[in-house]
Amino acid sequence: MSTIEERVKKIIIEQLGVKEEEVKPEASFENDLGADSLDTVELVMALEEEFETEIPDEEAEKIKTVQSAIDYVTNHSND
Amino acid sequence: MLFNLDGQVALVTGASRGIGRAIAEQLVAAGATVVGTATSASGAESIGAYLGDKGMGYAVDVTDADAVAELLKAIDEKYGQLDILVNNAGITRDNLLMRMKDDEWDAVLDTNLKAVFRMCKGVMRGMMKRRNGRIINISSVVGTTGNPGQANYCAAKAGLVGFSKSLAQEIAARGITVNCVSPGFIDTDMTKSLTDDQKQSIFKNIPTARLGAPEEVAAAVVFLASPAAAYVTGETIHVNGGMAMV
Repeated sequence: MSTIEERVKKIIIEQLGVKEEEVKPEASFENDLGADSLDTVELVMALEEEFETEIPDEEAEKIKTVQSAIDYVTNHSND
Repeated sequence: MLFNLDGQVALVTGASRGIGRAIAEQLVAAGATVVGTATSASGAESIGAYLGDKGMGYAVDVTDADAVAELLKAIDEKYGQLDILVNNAGITRDNLLMRMKDDEWDAVLDTNLKAVFRMCKGVMRGMMKRRNGRIINISSVVGTTGNPGQANYCAAKAGLVGFSKSLAQEIAARGITVNCVSPGFIDTDMTKSLTDDQKQSIFKNIPTARLGAPEEVAAAVVFLASPAAAYVTGETIHVNGGMAMV
């Protein structure tokens, strides 16, 4: 079983079409990884599906970097 | 085959009669599998009867969020995909504004506009994932021209055009197009209640001097649903015999 961090990174790589080495913890989806607002919505949708959770809008807005995505899932995962 | 819809799954709301039925039948003729909705069980049955093995009828109140979610789940379980959404279901509660009740306003806005918002939201996730989708909203000529006694209906139908343009811009890059078809006076149950005098006065304003046929509206829908229209989005196709050239 992969760790949460690996699974989150895999989704980011797939959704945004970026390379693994680009997905650094501090990388911002919009500023560093070329995501537009719809990409980030899709990314949140993909995280919701992977981790079978629902991310409220006000939380989703705070997920702007790789680390913030990992942190959110870590704190809210049932796994 | 630019207009071929083989292997595609379509959802048409309000498909038991009139324009919705013609749309469902022509989508099937183009090769699609169609799920048609009606508000009553008997309406859904009649849809199932004319679709045969090319789809199914489904009873749902489009203003009921839970029921719509169930419908979309049922489509996903049965077909595993939804390529085309045609929001056709509509109602009228005509009254002069001076006399229009809140519930007449709300009923028309709920069915003709809010239900479309909810339906689109429900199908978008799947379409975005597959990078393919067609959403076609049935507006009306009176949404453009206005019509006394139909402020609620005209507001909802005009609202669909602005809604569709906004959504079209949001999701065009995901291979999903959003368009409207805007019928004029079409020969359906909705216009059958008109008197001969009313019809004659309407014909004066229609260069083709006749009512349109539901199939003539459906043809525009099939075009927008087809691969031929991949580069058309945020557009409204008017099918009104020349009554409003906009």
